[in-house]
Amino acid sequence: MQTLELTKHYGASVALSGLTMVVPRGEVFGFLGPNGSGKTTAVKLLLGLNRPTGGEAWVLGHPAGDRQTRSRVGYLPELFRYQGWLSAAEVLGLHCRLAGIARAEWRAQIAGALSTVGLTGHADAKVETFSKGMQQRLGLGVALLGNPELVILDEPTSALDPVGRADTRTIIRRLRDRGCAVFLNSHLLGEVEQICDRAAVVADGRVLAIGRLDELLGSGGVRVRLTGLTDVGRASLARRGTLAEHEGWFVVNGVDADAVPDLVAELVASGARVYAVEPVRQTLEERFLSLVEAEQARWQR
Amino acid sequence: MAAVTIARLTIREAARRKLLLALAILTVIVIGLTGWGFQHLTTLTNPDGSRIAAGELRLAVSQVLVLVEFMFSGVLALSAVVVASPAISSELESGVALSMLARPVSRYQVVLGKWLGLAALIAIYVAATTTLELLVVDATTGYVPPGPVGLGLYLIGEGIVIMSLALLISTRLSGMTAGVISLVLFFLAWIGGIAGAIGEVFSSAAISNAGTISQLLLPTDALWRGSVYELEPVLYRAVLGATTERAGNPFFVQSPPSVAYLIWAACWVVLIVGLTVWSLHRREV
Repeated sequence: MQTLELTKHYGASVALSGLTMVVPRGEVFGFLGPNGSGKTTAVKLLLGLNRPTGGEAWVLGHPAGDRQTRSRVGYLPELFRYQGWLSAAEVLGLHCRLAGIARAEWRAQIAGALSTVGLTGHADAKVETFSKGMQQRLGLGVALLGNPELVILDEPTSALDPVGRADTRTIIRRLRDRGCAVFLNSHLLGEVEQICDRAAVVADGRVLAIGRLDELLGSGGVRVRLTGLTDVGRASLARRGTLAEHEGWFVVNGVDADAVPDLVAELVASGARVYAVEPVRQTLEERFLSLVEAEQARWQR
Repeated sequence: MAAVTIARLTIREAARRKLLLALAILTVIVIGLTGWGFQHLTTLTNPDGSRIAAGELRLAVSQVLVLVEFMFSGVLALSAVVVASPAISSELESGVALSMLARPVSRYQVVLGKWLGLAALIAIYVAATTTLELLVVDATTGYVPPGPVGLGLYLIGEGIVIMSLALLISTRLSGMTAGVISLVLFFLAWIGGIAGAIGEVFSSAAISNAGTISQLLLPTDALWRGSVYELEPVLYRAVLGATTERAGNPFFVQSPPSVAYLIWAACWVVLIVGLTVWSLHRREV
């Protein structure tokens, strides 16, 4: 998927402001942002559900919204709702028809989707009797029909319990293993951190950062608990990154992991007694908050 | 293909939500009651105790039948509006439409599918109620109106016209608002038709033109009048048509809608369905 200066206005309100990004095939891509940052708007533009005010977007090599391309895309909307008076199997059957899947494949597709999302035992139950979590599982099943090349999941685990979330992560990993790209729109950062290859952080309809997760999170650091720190030892710590003290730990941010053994050797040689050395890594949540807060500060200025 | 899928889904929804069952039970009850009433009409006597003449009975039955069909046409119009008004808006509001519109389905197929499904439901309802009612009237009184097939076709046309209007409004406004607007326009057209008839009898060009304009803007009343025409005994038309007593009588019609008007009504429906497609196509979801 590729977007170039994709913009959407609703009257005077700007929902998306010049979104430019590239999402490669076969990757799990996290699309992160605070509420109202334009994530769902972007998804609807990519699917051709709404028209952009400006800019361009391509999906699987075709302009966004191309009807034939949509048969290769699975979609779980954020506001998922299915016909309550149909059974789970009937909802899947309906989407098999709408997706243009060959009739001979329907039975296998429906059974496969039900099995994948753990609803085989509820195939004939009316959707209106389902809990919200079960409906979300069904929505995920609907998105998997027809072996899509791209699956767009808009907050796919918002109604799921921890087991459901773990199941969803497994499903997403399997999709990636068979070469399917997954565009995951979420604000559950812990999940994104666990399964995404790359991510973009958006706020106010603009991309604040985009890249591989390790690039986004930076090189991390190390924290050391020690006694007897001399000026020489302190200089060794400060030389390798930004030094800070926190609850009895000396934290060095930005230190290269390969430099840690030498650093410890220097500390010991300087007379310090080293009790513990632990890697420190910025969480996605910390990185996300720092990006969003910086953006807000920029706007306030 | 997708339009047929959505049409079948629309019919299945009416069945699953027990709309068809409720209408079937109520129709059987109503037809049973009217059958009992028609049976009693045949036992009416003059003040001197003699049986009323066959011609008088025929006239009475035909008039009561027009009233019964008026009730059925009202139920049809109200039901069509109630079902069509939320047909698109509720799916857009609830999110049901999102996952369907993301499929390789054109929005015109969604509109066409909904319209075909609702039109089929209207045809089924009219065919069932009209056939049953006429069979009961025939069995109890021996009266068969001159145009039973025409009656059914006009009623189906009336139902399709008001359903199409409600479906169009449903692409932009909530089901509740679309329903209220459709019903107000339906009753305005009815009053407009009566005003037009009065204007015609009293040779008032202004009132007559107002009636004609209302029939052109919304063809429901003119089609209802077509169904009344199909119910009237030929002699009754000839006798009452020569007097001014018919003025403003919404249950008497001198002549059926012209072919040109019927062509206009068909064009009206095509135009409204086209507008519905355009409206949904432009709609943000």
